[in-house]
Amino acid sequence: MFQDIGEMVLLFWRTLAALPLTWRQRQKVFDQFFEIGNASLMMVCILAFFIGGVIALQTGPLLVERGLGSYVGGIVGFSIAKELAPVMMAILIAGRIGSAMAAEIGSMRVYQEIDALRTMNISPIHYLVLPRMVAIAVALPLLVTVAILVGWVGGVAVSAANDHIAVSSEAFFSSLRSAVDLHDVANGVFKSFIFALIIGVVSCHQGLITLGGPRGIGRSVTKAVVNSIVLIVIFDYFLTRVLMK
Amino acid sequence: MNCSSTQQDGVSVRVRGLRKAFDGQEVLHGLDFDVQPGEIFAIMGPSGSGKTVLLKHLIGLEEPDAGEILIEGQPIQSPEVMSKYRMAMVFQSGALLNSLTVGENVGLYLAEHRLKPPQEIARIVADKLEVVGLKGTEDKMPSDLSGGMKKRVAIARALVIEPQLILYDEPTSELDPLSAAVIAQQIMQLKERIHVTSLVVSHDRDLVFGVADRIAVINEGRILTIGSPDEVKRCPDPLVQQFLHADFERHGPHLVTEKH
Repeated sequence: MFQDIGEMVLLFWRTLAALPLTWRQRQKVFDQFFEIGNASLMMVCILAFFIGGVIALQTGPLLVERGLGSYVGGIVGFSIAKELAPVMMAILIAGRIGSAMAAEIGSMRVYQEIDALRTMNISPIHYLVLPRMVAIAVALPLLVTVAILVGWVGGVAVSAANDHIAVSSEAFFSSLRSAVDLHDVANGVFKSFIFALIIGVVSCHQGLITLGGPRGIGRSVTKAVVNSIVLIVIFDYFLTRVLMK
Repeated sequence: MNCSSTQQDGVSVRVRGLRKAFDGQEVLHGLDFDVQPGEIFAIMGPSGSGKTVLLKHLIGLEEPDAGEILIEGQPIQSPEVMSKYRMAMVFQSGALLNSLTVGENVGLYLAEHRLKPPQEIARIVADKLEVVGLKGTEDKMPSDLSGGMKKRVAIARALVIEPQLILYDEPTSELDPLSAAVIAQQIMQLKERIHVTSLVVSHDRDLVFGVADRIAVINEGRILTIGSPDEVKRCPDPLVQQFLHADFERHGPHLVTEKH
């Protein structure tokens, strides 16, 4: 485990050092960015809408019963912006994109394509890791921004439509505006940026250390997703602690 | 592996006391040999004898536990060697990047190192593919090619580097005799055209005795003999003779190993 952590830190450091070469790899960055957005945008919207809806459904009736209906928007908006959107979307992306990264790089490793790159003096970090890391570090915060907005819409829709809540959209957004400011949204988006780096490093690392045949690739994919999710949840706690007002 | 070098002739390779173990099991037991510039040097031996591991050391993909590999007298691990001399390897599987077209694979070295403009790269790629008899296949994907064609594309990809040392890992395995003969011809033509030093790792006796200037026979990570094809054929070592003359009887399970 400690060897893995050391290797991941080294991989991250080398990728950071390669950042000035990003412009040269822009086509690959764009391809990866499109891949992430294309594969995930619809899923992100569906997930965010229903998360917003279910939070409204869980909290709304309780608050309304106690005469606190004017707080529904604030609670839904706050929890989505600061916690649910970044964490849930990061978990979704770890499953969809992290697994694909580990599988693609892992199969390249198993079928000696990475060795072939090295014999041509082409760094796998520059060629494979850098474009994926840059793309996911840009794409995930954007997806989370979309998820926050869609999650709020889901919350409004359920709050207005459900007879047990019956909070109008004006009241919902008024409450949301008083409870959530831009700093809270930026807080959630920043967390998603860190989660993106975690997914990128863990998945690329697992791909690069893949051994064996198809079974080895499967093992790497599983480890990439599970390790990413575990690290996301752990980092979420500490980031939340650090970013608290 | 840098195109900035202007040296054209093949390079010498010196291996001294090369040892390597994986998980405590020694795979290479202190190998010593020299390869002269422009020579075709073949390393043959049964499967699992350490041939591919040796080849990976010779191009810097593996680091030895002990011993040294010198290219023109300089250790392979030194950054100077990697920048000063151009080396290429043709992998057993071809190791083409499956997500790229044939043309992109062949031109990858030039494109990634930005050594030539795109039009020039396209011209060079077409030239190299023609050299290996695959003119007009630039837009095909590796998955559309046969095993022999993949290996020839891999050779074209190596040629783009204009190598001074080229390593072939089982270049004729899984190929029909005709495709194997084409590959053998390519190896010899390359030597004549660009005086490249070639190391061929194979257990294909026909290929090795057909193309090699000198042959090393290895078994279980040890060199049994080194010499010209005739010298190796005359080597009295029973393991060498067993490997060179292994055959089977049509009506019996036993190997026939007596000298022909």
